[in-house]
Amino acid sequence: MIINSEDVDLSLDLFSRRFKNPVMPASGCFSFGREVSMLYDLNLLGAIVVKATTLTERLGNKTPRVAETPSGMLNAIGLQNPGVQRVMEEELPYLRRFDDLPVIVNVAGTAIEDYVEVVKALRDSPDVFAIELNISCPNVKCGGIQFGTDPLVAQEMVRAIKAVASVPVIVKLSPNVTDIVSMALACEEAGADALSLINTVVGMQIDVEKRRPLLANTSGGLSGPAIRPIAVRMVYEVSSRVKVPVIGIGGIMTGRDVVEFMMAGATAVQVGTANFVDPWSCPRIISELAQWCADHGVSRVTDLVGAAKQ
Amino acid sequence: MPKVRVVKQESVGTGLYKMVFESPIDLKEKGFMPGQFLHLRPSESYDLLLRRPLSLCMADVEHNVLTVVYRAQGEGTKRLARLAAGDVVDVLGPLGHGFAAVSGDRRSLLVGGGIGVPPLVELGRYLKKQGQSVISVLGFQNKSQAILLDEFAQIGDMIVMSDDGTIGERGLVTGALTEDVLMDVDRFYSCGPTPMLKAVQATMKVFCVPGFLSLEERMGCGIGICVGCVHEISQKGELKYVKTCKEGPVFPSEEVVFS
Ligand SMILES: Cc1cc2nc3c(=O)[nH]c(=O)nc-3n(C[C@H](O)[C@H](O)[C@H](O)COP(=O)(O)OP(=O)(O)OC[C@H]3O[C@@H](n4cnc5c(N)ncnc54)[C@H](O)[C@@H]3O)c2cc1C
Ligand SMILES: Cc1cc2nc3c(=O)[nH]c(=O)nc-3n(C[C@H](O)[C@H](O)[C@H](O)COP(=O)(O)O)c2cc1C
Ligand code: FES
Repeated sequence: MIINSEDVDLSLDLFSRRFKNPVMPASGCFSFGREVSMLYDLNLLGAIVVKATTLTERLGNKTPRVAETPSGMLNAIGLQNPGVQRVMEEELPYLRRFDDLPVIVNVAGTAIEDYVEVVKALRDSPDVFAIELNISCPNVKCGGIQFGTDPLVAQEMVRAIKAVASVPVIVKLSPNVTDIVSMALACEEAGADALSLINTVVGMQIDVEKRRPLLANTSGGLSGPAIRPIAVRMVYEVSSRVKVPVIGIGGIMTGRDVVEFMMAGATAVQVGTANFVDPWSCPRIISELAQWCADHGVSRVTDLVGAAKQ
Repeated sequence: MPKVRVVKQESVGTGLYKMVFESPIDLKEKGFMPGQFLHLRPSESYDLLLRRPLSLCMADVEHNVLTVVYRAQGEGTKRLARLAAGDVVDVLGPLGHGFAAVSGDRRSLLVGGGIGVPPLVELGRYLKKQGQSVISVLGFQNKSQAILLDEFAQIGDMIVMSDDGTIGERGLVTGALTEDVLMDVDRFYSCGPTPMLKAVQATMKVFCVPGFLSLEERMGCGIGICVGCVHEISQKGELKYVKTCKEGPVFPSEEVVFS
């Protein structure tokens, strides 16, 4: 069957809303949308996930904060952001001009109470479609990651957030665990509405000339094509065990990569590092996805979900 | 992605290259600032993932072409050095906030070190066009690393320093920043390795000459979306991290904090 790429149905339903396509920029890789909106119309995106927001302003780590690695990069930004109040007042309203752009706010912190306060504050914002709980940031000294590595702590966190959230809650999982499935099941049981995975993989690079770690933070999070196989494996395993939707993240650079994640069981995907290499990545990936489907006689993108398991 | 043609590439010293390519934007229509940078992909594949920032060295508005001068040191810049006329290269930019000429200035000082020298060429030409007199103090490791001297000679006065004395005077650029040289200088503009910028900042503070520094930080995106490239800045007594790719790379010297 030959179809035109324009005739491929890329839409999907998530949290009772129609998304025009499954591609959204990942948190921390798109800021709050302003810069890229100068380059193309953000209405093209399935949704947008904005930079991690904490209760109060965070200055972040010292530099160097980024390093290139084979087919990837390390980052240790340290959650630099202006704090939830200013995010609500100065950043989110800007996105109102895009009439068909669900906004997902990534929430981070160092204690459960901080996360709860951020989520409570966000209830007053008309701009938030869903929350993504970042229980997996490897780059802050205390907190962040431990919520993402202990199923019981993660469960306590998700319950506390679900009790106060007025919008759907996506829990973003860390790959830095021995058993991603038990983390996923714990979060689902605690009420997570969806899971997104993966966050970055902890890594390190030594500046051999200076004989010390290249990043000021010593270690950082690895992202980009280098981590794609890890992410695909985890999406495959998690989506085989949970009932909630799974959003695949990790090294997506092309439409083909989206197909790979969807076949592994992802309902939607996020694109991170690719935006740094090519700021037009997301719209390019969306059209490549449509073209792939057309070339392969796939009329609805949702037909790809879990296809590698049948 | 903005792909453009390489017009020319030539060696200009040991491991040093000058590449001329088409501008990804219409320079006449969109404009540009000296001190801005171009962000080049080293290859089409994803093994070397990130773009490499290189300063805009010269802009030819009439032909809409740009020149960068760079050192091939790591894998990415070595790949860029293999490009030849007719090849295609993926370039973003010009990006960032560059050097601004200050109206009323009559004499400006350019202080450049090593591979930080290139952006001062376009700036010097611009200042000269504004009717200013320009003096350049340029420092290099040795003779084989000295670049763009003809260009600076055409802009105004020039003092060359080198670490080993194989060209110009032996010594650091700050050694040339004497009262004599600084006489009548209204403002300075500097780009080079961080230790040099630190020394220039301190020296010019003593002489009470205001100026601008162009900073170098590792960049993830170059367009303000990763927050990787920040530098500490002090504005009205308040310390903060600002993005060197967006608000910079050029900042008023008195605001720059070196830790
Ligand atoms: C605003 C700006 C303007 C610059 N202008 C020039 C110029 O005109 N001419 C020139 O020769 N060099 C310039 N540099 C430095 C140049 O960007 C680096 O030398 C280059 O990125 C190194 O890449 P590589 O592939 O050789 O090294 P690799 O070691 O392979 O690079 C690995 C990663 O580290 C980054 N990196 C390594 N060294 C530096 C550095 N010194 N500064 C920033 N990032 C670095 C690379 O971009 C890359 O992401 C500039 C840097 C900045 C920030
Ligand atoms: C510079 C940078 C900043 C990031 N900031 C955040 C963040 O604030 N919150 C978060 O949940 N994930 C953050 N991430 C992780 C990404 O959202 C994504 O999970 C990860 O990079 C893997 O996807 P990729 O390979 O497509 O980049 C960041 C990643 C990078 C590279
Ligand atoms: S390099 Fe990404 S914000 Fe400056």
